[in-house]
Amino acid sequence: MQMTIEKLNEIQERNKELVALRKLIAEQASEMLEHSQYRKQILVCGGTGCTSSGSKKVIDALEAEIKEKNLTDVLVVKTGCFGLCALGPVVIVYPEGAFYSQTTVEGAKRIIDEHIIGGKICKDLLYPETVCENGEILPLNATRFYKKQMRIALKNCGVIDPENIEEYIALDGYKALHKVLTSMSQDEVIETMLASGLRGRGGAGFPTGKKWAFAKASKGDIKYVCCNADEGDPGAFMDRSILEGDPHAIIEAMAIAAYTIGAHEGYIYVRAEYPIAVDRLKIAIAQANEYGLLGKDIFGTGFDFNLEIRLGAGAFVCGEETALMTSIEGKRGEPRPRPPFPAVKGLFGKPTVLNNVETYANVAQIILKGADWYSSIGTETSKGTKVFALGGKITNVGLVEVPMGTTLREIIEEIGGGIPDGKKFKAAQTGGPSGGCIPACHIDTPIDYESLSRIGSMMGSGGLIIMDETTCMVDIAKFYLEFTCEESCGKCSPCRIGTRRLLQLLEKITAGKGTMEDLDKIEELSSHMKVSCLCALGQTASNPVVSTLKYFREEYLAHIVDKTCPAKKCKALLKYRIVSDKCKGCTLCARNCPVKAIKGTVKQPHVIDGDKCIRCGVCMSNCKFGAIIKD
Amino acid sequence: MDNENRPVFRGTPKQERELKKVIEKHKNQPGGLMPTLQEAQGIYGYLPYEVQKMIAEGLGVPLSEVYGVATFYSQFSLTPKGEHRISVCLGTACYVKGADKILAAIEERLGIKTGECTPDGLFSIESCRCLGACGLAPVMTVDGEVYGKCTPESAVKVIESYLSKEV
Repeated sequence: MQMTIEKLNEIQERNKELVALRKLIAEQASEMLEHSQYRKQILVCGGTGCTSSGSKKVIDALEAEIKEKNLTDVLVVKTGCFGLCALGPVVIVYPEGAFYSQTTVEGAKRIIDEHIIGGKICKDLLYPETVCENGEILPLNATRFYKKQMRIALKNCGVIDPENIEEYIALDGYKALHKVLTSMSQDEVIETMLASGLRGRGGAGFPTGKKWAFAKASKGDIKYVCCNADEGDPGAFMDRSILEGDPHAIIEAMAIAAYTIGAHEGYIYVRAEYPIAVDRLKIAIAQANEYGLLGKDIFGTGFDFNLEIRLGAGAFVCGEETALMTSIEGKRGEPRPRPPFPAVKGLFGKPTVLNNVETYANVAQIILKGADWYSSIGTETSKGTKVFALGGKITNVGLVEVPMGTTLREIIEEIGGGIPDGKKFKAAQTGGPSGGCIPACHIDTPIDYESLSRIGSMMGSGGLIIMDETTCMVDIAKFYLEFTCEESCGKCSPCRIGTRRLLQLLEKITAGKGTMEDLDKIEELSSHMKVSCLCALGQTASNPVVSTLKYFREEYLAHIVDKTCPAKKCKALLKYRIVSDKCKGCTLCARNCPVKAIKGTVKQPHVIDGDKCIRCGVCMSNCKFGAIIKD
Repeated sequence: MDNENRPVFRGTPKQERELKKVIEKHKNQPGGLMPTLQEAQGIYGYLPYEVQKMIAEGLGVPLSEVYGVATFYSQFSLTPKGEHRISVCLGTACYVKGADKILAAIEERLGIKTGECTPDGLFSIESCRCLGACGLAPVMTVDGEVYGKCTPESAVKVIESYLSKEV
């Protein structure tokens, strides 16, 4: 099909009402409903989080019930992520905007019977935060979780059906591509990107416009655009959610980038651990080809662009740009020295632009709404918004998008709903294995590239892990080093050997055998690795250790000098003890101890022999009187 | 490769035909080795020496290069996996919520370590890095089915439910 602007407009008109309904609240929507084919729309999240908690069964139940009751004016839409992953499966009914959380198959039947047919919202099934004391129901964007958020990259996630290109077109999809191809020169696109202030969302924060300008300036008959969807930071799932919820935004942005630098082929490199994202991308690419928005002579402008998906195979280092390209070439994903930079010599030795998923997700809107609009959001040097995957010890686990400059406190206490179980906030970790931790004293730091690196952390790709007082910072540093040690590709020795030595030092400390000299060694080794490793994986591998050592030195000292673990996490440093007042002498612990370390006679308080004890914790979990404690 | 300790290759003619098709498809594609290995593992479940050799000959690349790529990426396996593949997420969100204890409980229940397969070939345990289901942390999967908000006890129960299906 040859796509034209008239056809695009016609598709948009045809689907506008269907999609617009989901963005309005009840009163505004009622007028629109009169013309609509559907009286109600039921949106169900089909992202990885909700699918894992059973949203497929909910969709099946809803559809079966609708068929059985012959409700032809009710539509079920499978969308991408709404953000509140811990509350899945999430169901929203429009036009009311009723937000059902943790929906079960039985709940789905009740929604159809009571809400859709009976006209009465099942209040007990709603997300409690959306129900006011007076019984009024709030729209989702009025809840604490959403109020401070600003959705640009996630604009369509949870709104459209990602497997239907027409719903994307209904919300101005592919209009930016048309604008660029028909009315903007390559340099004008670059100028717009530069003026917008958009910086790479993969972590390093390099200005996107500059990257494109370099690649455009490189001479070459063949050039490539690539998308880095190898989201390897454990605990981060922003890119996954964008691909699952709005794949066409990435395709459109890549086509714009290709036009700008003069490329005709593109690759999206996705982690194989994301099967749903891969499926949606495949569908989206096929549909874009079918609608003439990929392929030959797009919009009749003579511009050709083809897009291919390449799957990763579980190597963290492939998130590094040169390693990613080596992997697309079908080789061992080892990084290459830079320069030459990819903009000069990248994939298959040709000039290449590589951007992260979230970076691309901003592009079409910058083109449509203008650089001034985008640069008005955020701080002086960090423009726009940032998506974070909020996880760990936090009440509202999920995906959040906030303007740059929002403080960590706002994210944790307001959006995140605080730390569960009455525990205290200890630290937040950003940037995953390459990043650092932010201690409680810096909770009011605004989140932008410069402020985070100033306090020894980094923006990273957007993983934001919250830790409470039960998290041991030495253990967390060890956890990240285990990760980088395993994922080091081995090409350069500072990384291959350095990560292992660092890990060994941390293992020694958590085993209670550390010395003060070990801390000096850690600092020295870290500074060497920072300057001598070949790629960012090694250069930043020591960050988790250096930053925990900076802010939680006393915790390291407790492990080394006092031989204790304040968070009671490091097994070798724990001591189990029986409180004699509470012990009834039931002998249960002694009988269950695998190493016979507990002595005592019936009805007399028992005692643990610390030398024999292997700290397995069996006694503590068996004791019915709470008489065994950890010191 | 150590010839003596290699498990016997039990590839069928049908699998070989499928593999030939895959090789044909990727033969002239730039960077076609990775997708070929991925699809080959889909056919055989793992990448034994015999399969690597067929790929090397089919694509016209040295066997050393095929082996190099197959051993570089953690998702490629040179040894057979269990009938049920257990995978425990050790991503940060899961780790902070106690994924290490879940892994330990499963290892103890099955009497094998991570990366190993039970002698009857029924289960193999792997750890993986973030499935992106952090909202449900800690998470494990069995044959791709996701089990969220696990405790050591519930994880062991899940394994036992697969055991009872076998009997």
